[in-house]
Amino acid sequence: MPLSPSDRKQHFLAGARDTFPLLVGAWPFGLIYGALGIASGLSPLATAAMSAVVFAGSAQFIAVSLVAAGTPVLVIALTTFVVNARHILYAATLAPQLKGLSTRWLAPLGFWLTDESFVVAAKGFEERATPHERKWYLLGSELAMFLNWQIATWVGIAAGQAIPDPASWGLEFALVVTFLGMLVPMLKGRPELISVLVAATTALLAINLPHRSGLLLAAVLGILAGLLAEKAWPRKEPA
Amino acid sequence: MNEFWLLFGMAVATMATRIPVLITLSRRELPTSVRRALHYVPPAVLAAIIAPIVLLDEGKPYVALDNAMLAASLIAIFVSWRTKNLLLTIVLGMAAFLVWRALF
Repeated sequence: MPLSPSDRKQHFLAGARDTFPLLVGAWPFGLIYGALGIASGLSPLATAAMSAVVFAGSAQFIAVSLVAAGTPVLVIALTTFVVNARHILYAATLAPQLKGLSTRWLAPLGFWLTDESFVVAAKGFEERATPHERKWYLLGSELAMFLNWQIATWVGIAAGQAIPDPASWGLEFALVVTFLGMLVPMLKGRPELISVLVAATTALLAINLPHRSGLLLAAVLGILAGLLAEKAWPRKEPA
Repeated sequence: MNEFWLLFGMAVATMATRIPVLITLSRRELPTSVRRALHYVPPAVLAAIIAPIVLLDEGKPYVALDNAMLAASLIAIFVSWRTKNLLLTIVLGMAAFLVWRALF
């Protein structure tokens, strides 16, 4: 059943409002991405365009570091896929709650789906009974994230051009702490811990493989280690 | 570096992880085995990204008192473990990094 215009607006604004803390958290991230993009040798236009057409913070960070190292485009695209593969899980989790929506809605909702909007939607969907309410809520969250990310990127690009060597400031450590803050709460049991230790160790040992392919190898071995660990220590409740 | 193909390749790779599954699975279920494997993708990828940045310097192991990233990472892990607060972890971790780097 279609919603009235005032209902649409209400759910849309609720989605944007519930995303606010994550908008604040994305700012240093976007600033640093913009500055590092310039430092990697990408043009300001390409650095800004990547935020608009890719819109995946962590993958953008990795990509500019690969660009700086002269990595072939195909390898960067493949790495982007692996780094973003977690979105498949997000999409798979949200899809059943968006049953019956047209592709005209699902395609843009998928395009703008990020870690942040997934976390917001996973909670907000519980309070909304129909896919039509949920689509406006998710759209509000996603567009708020998208707009925020573009502006933070532009400011970062301007800063990157004004500051001579942004990489020397150690600001890339913001990426490390952000990821640690996302990673630690994921370690709910022994299989997750083992998966992470195997992935980290592999990434360290395989650091000299060409084109950072150690990252892909580490991801695959980490996943396999987690699945094997699950067999050794079956979980008491479904994850 | 051809910037057009870089953006095109990355955009396609990213959309491939977000759009098709959202459309197809609003109509049918993903096999359990695939769901189990996907569960480990985020932690494994994040760990594989972080570890070399923190523990290596130009490809060599770098475990020393003056490795500010390592010290601040341990502090960030502790903060995240105790509070589960992402913003607090970022702010305290970043502060710890800057202070440690100034001291050692």
